[in-house]
Amino acid sequence: MEQLVLEKYLFARSFKFLGLLACVAGALAIPRRASAQENYFVTYTHHMEEPGNLEFATKSVTGFPGAGNAFWGNAVEMEYGVKTWWTSELYLDSQTTANESSVFTGFRFENRFRPLLQEHWINPVLYAEFEDINSADKALLEVVGHDGIEDFLGRNDRSEKKREVELKLILSSNFKGWNVAENMIAEKNIAGEPWEFGYAVAVSRPLSLAASPKACRFCRENFAAGAELYGGLGDRYSFGLHDTSHYLAPTLAFRLPSGPTFSISPAAGLNSNSHGFLLRFGVAYEINQAFSRLRGK
Amino acid sequence: MSAKRIRLFMSLIALLGSMLLYAEAGDGMWLTRVPDKQRARENPFAGQPDAIAAGSKLFRQNCATCHGSEAVGTKKYPNLHSEQVRAATDGELEWLLKNGSMKNGMPSWSKLPEQQRWQIVAFLKSLM
Repeated sequence: MEQLVLEKYLFARSFKFLGLLACVAGALAIPRRASAQENYFVTYTHHMEEPGNLEFATKSVTGFPGAGNAFWGNAVEMEYGVKTWWTSELYLDSQTTANESSVFTGFRFENRFRPLLQEHWINPVLYAEFEDINSADKALLEVVGHDGIEDFLGRNDRSEKKREVELKLILSSNFKGWNVAENMIAEKNIAGEPWEFGYAVAVSRPLSLAASPKACRFCRENFAAGAELYGGLGDRYSFGLHDTSHYLAPTLAFRLPSGPTFSISPAAGLNSNSHGFLLRFGVAYEINQAFSRLRGK
Repeated sequence: MSAKRIRLFMSLIALLGSMLLYAEAGDGMWLTRVPDKQRARENPFAGQPDAIAAGSKLFRQNCATCHGSEAVGTKKYPNLHSEQVRAATDGELEWLLKNGSMKNGMPSWSKLPEQQRWQIVAFLKSLM
């Protein structure tokens, strides 16, 4: 019996090691890559993925609810630029809760369309997502309806399936180096629950607007700082701020030239229904013209 | 499904369909769309060696995959040592970087600050 357990353990370890090795080898085999340029965790801008580029990213969040167990929610993201005006993404969600378990919690598939093909003062983007997750999901990629800290206090429970449609209207502007973005969110569980609403607004700016003439890793142009504000707005039958949660979060992104982008965002809950503190962190890595490379073009 | 829901669903499909058609039907003649005011704008970094070096770096980071590290183009994307680029004003090139030519696969680079777009223009003009 013990030997069987040991074999299973070693098999799992070797599998993880081989997976890691494959990822490293894959990354090294691709000599040229661009840097992802996402400055926010929750808010979307009108910037689309360049056509043919494939971005891998992780978006993680840790929280420490006083009356519950600490958790680490994670979303692995694959984002592909289908056209200059169309970006498609797949998310795989998982989470680990201290003293409980690590579980895969589902997937999300989303598409973003940019209807206006030139830059304007305000640039709209239409977002449509289907998500198939369960009630143990803690990725916190958005806050809608009456989402709040009480959703995180129970033990991991995957029994409730959430098949949801999410629509967003993304408005975003660039002005004198600043990006300002507003998202209006509507989400519906297709099992018959009411529409839930939420919002996210954000602002950010590179630390330097002009690039340095020298190749440098830590020069100011590679950093962007900003802040996000996001939260729920109730549902169709109880629209408003009552019994909703809200967060204010400074953000910092560091874009390694021709390498990954690292980002971090400590979020403070703004009312008693919110987590007191959340820490978000992410890594994004973009492969230029990914499928052309595979075809050898 | 009620008639109201069907109408809503069909309207959404029609909206998405018309959006996709509009996106595919761009005129592809970006030069004709540049406003006169933008066309006449001058590059604040024109001819400055530091700006050209910075523009070269930005070009390698953001543009070289499609246009090649020497800006001579690739199979699908154009050579920038061309008469069209040579004849374009700095303002026109900056406008193209900001807006892209989405129908032709050129994305918008509005995510780069304006100063960096001007630095890329300074580099492109130094190639001529």
